[in-house]
Amino acid sequence: MLRMRDLSGGYGPRPVISRISLDIAEGETVALLGANTAGKTTLIRAIVGTLPSVSGVIAFEGRDIVQLPAHRRVALGIACVPEGRHVFGQMSVRDNLMMGAYHRRTEDLGSDLADCFALFPRVRERQAQAAGTLSGGEQQMVAICRALMAGPRLLVLDEPSHGLAPLMVAEVHGAIRKVNARGIGVLLVEQNVSSALKVVDRGYVLESGAIALSGTSRDLQDNDTVRRTYLGI
Amino acid sequence: MIAVLQALADGLMIGGVYGVIAVGLSLVFGVLGIVNFAQAEFMMLGMYVAWFAWRYLGLDPLVGAALSFVAVFCLGALVQRLLIQRIMKAPPVAQIFLTVGLLIVLENSALLLFGPEFRTVKTAYQTRALMIGPIFVSVSYLSAFVAAVIVSGGLWLVLTRTWIGRAIRATAQNPMAATLFGVDTRWIYAVAFGLGTGLSALGGGIVLSYSSVSPTSGSQYVVLMFTVVVLGGLGSVMGALVGGVIVGMIQSLSTLVMPIQLQNLALFTIFIALLAFRPQGLLGSPSR
Ligand SMILES: Nc1ncnc2c1ncn2[C@@H]1O[C@H](COP(=O)(O)OP(=O)(O)O)[C@@H](O)[C@H]1O
Ligand SMILES: [Mg+2]
Repeated sequence: MLRMRDLSGGYGPRPVISRISLDIAEGETVALLGANTAGKTTLIRAIVGTLPSVSGVIAFEGRDIVQLPAHRRVALGIACVPEGRHVFGQMSVRDNLMMGAYHRRTEDLGSDLADCFALFPRVRERQAQAAGTLSGGEQQMVAICRALMAGPRLLVLDEPSHGLAPLMVAEVHGAIRKVNARGIGVLLVEQNVSSALKVVDRGYVLESGAIALSGTSRDLQDNDTVRRTYLGI
Repeated sequence: MIAVLQALADGLMIGGVYGVIAVGLSLVFGVLGIVNFAQAEFMMLGMYVAWFAWRYLGLDPLVGAALSFVAVFCLGALVQRLLIQRIMKAPPVAQIFLTVGLLIVLENSALLLFGPEFRTVKTAYQTRALMIGPIFVSVSYLSAFVAAVIVSGGLWLVLTRTWIGRAIRATAQNPMAATLFGVDTRWIYAVAFGLGTGLSALGGGIVLSYSSVSPTSGSQYVVLMFTVVVLGGLGSVMGALVGGVIVGMIQSLSTLVMPIQLQNLALFTIFIALLAFRPQGLLGSPSR
């Protein structure tokens, strides 16, 4: 579904990520792991189109999207839960969800909303509230639902569990599994390596802007470097 | 007592119109983050459009105001694409230079094209008045107020009930996230600037129904516009509409205790006190 070859890019002349190759198959769940400032968010921004400078290939369902402006990628089926959530704070939760479906511009969203509420019943209760007044965990749920409202084929999540209480982390990761069960591919960025590896099929480890390691989640869990560096075992 | 009621009624009606004039300024700031010092000159252009529509098409200025909106919406959107877009990320000083420059260009263009004279319209209802209980209601003010209420309601519907309205609010709050969900923010900026300047122009058309227009009409309204917007909270649409009514009432009540020439004194005193003690405005939050 997503094929990345020799991708380099950054915010100025100096590349932050270099020569990255990465694949996500139809309906697969893939983790992108790595320490702080490894370049995970930068790679996500290259996929969604908000990175100032990129070179190389990103093909989504066979189509090269590197030159496609960010606002036209969501219609292809790429939806993003950005790092830091970025909900529309002064808009109601419901309007936040509606904005997720902006590229479709249809009022007929009943079944999409029902799917979101099934995933996070809390979001249904909060519908009329301004998103900015919710707790961090609830905002994360709104951010995830908003992305699902886009009707994606690939859901990209950048540190959705960051700053959340353990129970909330479990809820978010459980939701990711349920989303994947609907056939939606997932790219999950996490610093929380051990719990992320329980959610995904495969993973890539990013170090200083390059892929250092990749494999199935079992391989990575058993890998000595991963155990020492990220799992602290 | 009746004098106070009378002043409140006049203030409410005039204030509703102030709200429409000022809401454009607030919208432009809220969405683009630009303080448009030329906003009142777009209003002045709207007044001329309504005047010409009255003079040559025989349209009532309240109807001509719709033409003012359309014409200035297009002009505003064009100005945003050609000029404002270039300074969206520039330092505030560059933004001030550009919009103040625009002010001077628009004012002098009007002088060149339309001449310095004051122009007024004549309508059948201009000198009529209704007695509602003990209060005297000028038909001009009343119809201007009704027009302002319709426009405010329409704006509210557009912003809350349509896709373009949601996209405008989303872009104001978080342009990056709006982009992620398919909003072409450059287009939204042009639309929002057109809408903002168009609304001030529409308000100008309404004002013309009981007032006059000249190339310097903008400078007559600029401080009023900023007072309303700061009172309501810069960037807040509801705030501007409510702020307009408050300012209208203050102006009108002050004439009970002060000579009419000093009616702006009360306004400025309150404006300065607000800036000193509650710079985010009455309804505005500290950040947008
Ligand atoms: N907006 C930006 N402008 C310039 N440099 C940035 C920007 N965002 C991140 N960087 C730099 O890119 C590198 C990778 O950052 P990032 O992709 O955010 O890492 P991660 O998400 O893995 O923590 C860091 O060195 C950071 O300083
Ligand atoms: Mg990051």
